[in-house]
Amino acid sequence: MESLLRVENVTKVFGAVVANDHVSLEVRRGEIHALLGENGAGKTTLMNILYGLYRPDDGHILFHGERVTLSSPKDAIRAGIGMVHQHFMLIPVFSVVENIVLGLGSLRRPLLDVESATRRIAALSKEYRLDVDPHARVCDLSVGAQQRVEIIKALYRGADLFILDEPTAVLTPQEVDDLFAVLRRLVQEGHAIIFITHKLDEVMRVSDRVTVLRDGAIVSTVATSETTKEELARMMVGREIVFRVARDPISPGASVLEVTELDIDDEQCSVALKGVSLSVRRHEILGIAGVGGNGQNELAGALVGLYEPTQGTIAILGEDIRGQGPKGVIKLNVGRIPEDRQAQGLIPDFTISENLIATHFWQSPLSKWYLLNLPLIGRLAKKLIQDYDIRPPEPTLLARQMSGGNQQKLILARELSRDPDLIVAVQPTRGLDVGATEYIYAELLKHRQRGAGILLISTELEEILTLSDRIAVMFQGEIVGMMDAGSVELEEIGLLMAGVRPQQDAVCDEVRR
Amino acid sequence: MLDFFVPAFFAATVRLATPLLLASLGCLFSERSGVVNIGVEGMMLSGAFAGVVGAYYTGNPWVGVLVGLAVGALLGLIHAFASVTVRGNQIVSGVAINLISLGLTTYLLRLFWGLQEKPRVAGFAVWRIPVLGDIPFIGEVLFQHIPLVYIAFLLVPLAHFIVFRTPWGLSLRAVGEHPRAADTLGIGVYRTRYLCVMISGALAGLGGAFLSVGQLQTFVENMSAGRGFIALAALIFGKWMPARTMLACLLFGGAQAAMVRIPALNYNISPQLLSMLPYLVTLLAFVGLVGRTTPPAAIATPYAKE
Amino acid sequence: MTSRYQRKVVDALFKMAPVWAVLGALTIGAILVRAAGLDPLKVYASLVNGAFGSRSALGITLQKTVPLLFAGLGMAVAFRCDLVNLGGEGQIYIGALAAGAIALAFPFLPAPVMLTVCLVAAFVGGGIWGAIPGFLRARYSKSEIITTILMNFIGFGFVSFLLHGPLQESRGYYPQSELIPPAARLPIIWQAANVHLGIILALLAAAGVYVLLWRTAIGYEIRAVGSNPKAAAHVGIPVVRSIVVAMLVSGGLMGLAGLAEVFGVQYRISDFFSPGYGFDAIAVSLLGYTHPIGVTLAALFFGALRTGFNSVERTQGVPRAMAQTVQGITVLLLVISVILPRLRGRLRRKENASV
Repeated sequence: MESLLRVENVTKVFGAVVANDHVSLEVRRGEIHALLGENGAGKTTLMNILYGLYRPDDGHILFHGERVTLSSPKDAIRAGIGMVHQHFMLIPVFSVVENIVLGLGSLRRPLLDVESATRRIAALSKEYRLDVDPHARVCDLSVGAQQRVEIIKALYRGADLFILDEPTAVLTPQEVDDLFAVLRRLVQEGHAIIFITHKLDEVMRVSDRVTVLRDGAIVSTVATSETTKEELARMMVGREIVFRVARDPISPGASVLEVTELDIDDEQCSVALKGVSLSVRRHEILGIAGVGGNGQNELAGALVGLYEPTQGTIAILGEDIRGQGPKGVIKLNVGRIPEDRQAQGLIPDFTISENLIATHFWQSPLSKWYLLNLPLIGRLAKKLIQDYDIRPPEPTLLARQMSGGNQQKLILARELSRDPDLIVAVQPTRGLDVGATEYIYAELLKHRQRGAGILLISTELEEILTLSDRIAVMFQGEIVGMMDAGSVELEEIGLLMAGVRPQQDAVCDEVRR
Repeated sequence: MLDFFVPAFFAATVRLATPLLLASLGCLFSERSGVVNIGVEGMMLSGAFAGVVGAYYTGNPWVGVLVGLAVGALLGLIHAFASVTVRGNQIVSGVAINLISLGLTTYLLRLFWGLQEKPRVAGFAVWRIPVLGDIPFIGEVLFQHIPLVYIAFLLVPLAHFIVFRTPWGLSLRAVGEHPRAADTLGIGVYRTRYLCVMISGALAGLGGAFLSVGQLQTFVENMSAGRGFIALAALIFGKWMPARTMLACLLFGGAQAAMVRIPALNYNISPQLLSMLPYLVTLLAFVGLVGRTTPPAAIATPYAKE
Repeated sequence: MTSRYQRKVVDALFKMAPVWAVLGALTIGAILVRAAGLDPLKVYASLVNGAFGSRSALGITLQKTVPLLFAGLGMAVAFRCDLVNLGGEGQIYIGALAAGAIALAFPFLPAPVMLTVCLVAAFVGGGIWGAIPGFLRARYSKSEIITTILMNFIGFGFVSFLLHGPLQESRGYYPQSELIPPAARLPIIWQAANVHLGIILALLAAAGVYVLLWRTAIGYEIRAVGSNPKAAAHVGIPVVRSIVVAMLVSGGLMGLAGLAEVFGVQYRISDFFSPGYGFDAIAVSLLGYTHPIGVTLAALFFGALRTGFNSVERTQGVPRAMAQTVQGITVLLLVISVILPRLRGRLRRKENASV
């Protein structure tokens, strides 16, 4: 089969992070080529390069055998590359036709010719069996239909190569079947598809070849028929654990957090939670592993009081926190380390002192009769800055002027200095260097020793394995596995993270045999 | 009752609506592309002054009008720079332009014409449209105006055509709804916004020139008297669509005409209360109690290319 | 010029942006004055003299400062919650109306009681007029920019209606109210300069705003919501309540500006009694870094500018509208100055690359 796209030695560096490390890839006409990897493996960076949104620092790209420079999406479109982003690039209030012809205009044809465009769309629709109503408004369409519009949009512009970024993330199982049928028809007509995913089932089901990315570099490219899920999981996830932090075995104590059959509908948030049950006990760290976007944020949000469950209960130290909001959770002495310190954890224009009191400023003794007790706050700030070694040790420094590591220390000081009974930590070391990471691990283990129960949510499997006593895996809003850290198999976790359930797998194998 | 609704009243409504219409159509382009232009008041005022200056020194009202348009466009360029390139606060930029316009036009007025004199310029002759102008009642209302009025109202279908029936109009609306999506399709977001804001300035300046050169044939301090803000209200009332905005302008123009007419006829309705009514209705409409109004999704949000 | 040096210049410019904006505006003003054939230095000397040169001049400057200070404080409170209150004019009118109506309806009240009640009325009146758009924004995400502009027209129209009707002076000539009773008028505290109590009230308001924003829990919440509503919600701060309170206080301060003008200077409510204080407020609060101390200085500066240019018009023939021009240019330069951090970032990258 003819080679359509050749990526040779492409490298892209962002500051200290090597997002793509001499990546080489080849995609042929008529094939569905899966790109598999965890969060941060470099898939999105590579796709953005192919679509002209980033420029590679090294290496080159050949399309149809010729070198191409892709400096903007327009170049990519002109070359014949079409991209379906994870978050659709559609104008909700426009109709399907309007979205498809957007940006295609010339001075020679000043009139918007909706009729001929509709005809062409209908023809494409029929040829590829992509069912859409051209005159419907995009915001009224189902997610699956919107995705079909994106595909037609690319076809309309003469795309040869399609890049789909996590296309099934937002689809129902039925819609996934429909999508795969569409993809097979596309490659039958001679197009090529790059299919970015972290779900092994889909890779095995629909791809012809699969390339595994890990930490910015290619692990291997294999034909799907010649590999197994286990092998792919190992390639995607397997590495030696670098951190060996001293974790003393302690028997867990009483339960501090009980989540029972938790449901959250997807009106409040993007991923719905279904039947989530877990418990965290004193002296124990429960790590929740999973690829980003599988409901972890929603779970964290529910635990800190931001989302209201539609069903099920959340009890902290025996108290039901539903309907209490974040203040209620704070009152129960829960320490929360949010995922995004800039967006959720800190007030950027506030000083260090002001940020340190953000959770309790309304409580006595920090404020009395609505007036803030500034001298007391000043003393508290000084002590915490010292205890947690926050640099620079200036209480009047603004939070947004601090480095990432110190910002995280600020959050730790605020949340952990009251010796909370339950700690909910989401991605606590995101974007931090080794030193800061080690510090945070030490802090968490110290509190575990002291008697807190810790719920750790992280997409870094390494981190989960280093710190956790027990591990749960989340996939598409459900807990798909719960195990003791001591008895864990990397491969097993990798499979669970990628959506493969052990029993299901066995049944499929049976059927296949 | 009937002696209220004489042709003269409706003709006055059309005349009073004209500057509002020009300004609000301009703001339509600007806001549809995602940039809010509070400075339309100042652009109108500056256009009024520039128009008088141009007409005064050349003796030709058309030159005056063109100068007014050009000055408005220049102020639009400044606003576009502050809003699109600098990505500064669009509201404050607009307010600054208003302050500068008020100060500078008054300053230059006093400078050129002293503290007592008022400039006098030649105006436009009324263009009575043949045949149509002779129709009883309607003729006087619609077809016996100065040319600028006809231009303004002809801009309504033109604006509708451009915004809703051309590819460029589609791109412009996309930029105001979802600039990133437009960017991924190769549409020049910055370029489009600059152009639309300058159109807004130009039309506001034209509206101002109408006030000064077309209506009063002079310039008075703070001549625009809030009409720019009224134009913005009309745009909201008109749901950012040309034809409805025109109707809103006629409504507001009618309210202004009524305010003059009512006291003359010794009616008991307070003209001030009447003048308040259009804004109250617009407010209720905006809040959603009377119909639904949704501005372009990306309005007043600066766009940063990655 | 090396990148490093350029970056330091840009850094300095940004840190002292208001100062440079004022200097820049005054420079452009000087150019305009020169274009009129006059000597800028002479004009500016005359300006300072006209604003501060004598006790009566100082008195007029302070008189003009009072409403600017109230309004600027109101604007600053809104800005601290990341809100743009364009409804100052309407809030000024409604606040003045509330206070004026009480003064006219109960002329027999003794002065201290009258003053207190009227102050509260002005604050509450303006506050309600501000809280309505605030609530619409907080609860329904309706842009306060549009709602406050519309409320201006409605507020002004309502007051105007009353001034043409029930509140009109008994003579019935002009759309203005009767003179408010002497008990209501703000007493003169400095005879020689004709300065009324308003300046003290305004300074107290400035202190009050400082205490509110930086010393109370509610002020903390307002500022937190203004800086990062998501993080504020994350720690349980009630975002809706904070926005409404901020707009209430903002409108209330605007209402006090109206009271200062009506009860301190004009002694009656009339159509158009406010020469645009609501919009000047934006200039005042931006120039003052949205901080009470800065706003006080900025209000004084703009008050002096107005008074000075009034005097310069008399003595040198420069139209007084130059004051507003300088004001507007200052704001424009301030808006544009936000490009400086980006410029600094770009220069720093160039610097790092060449190292």
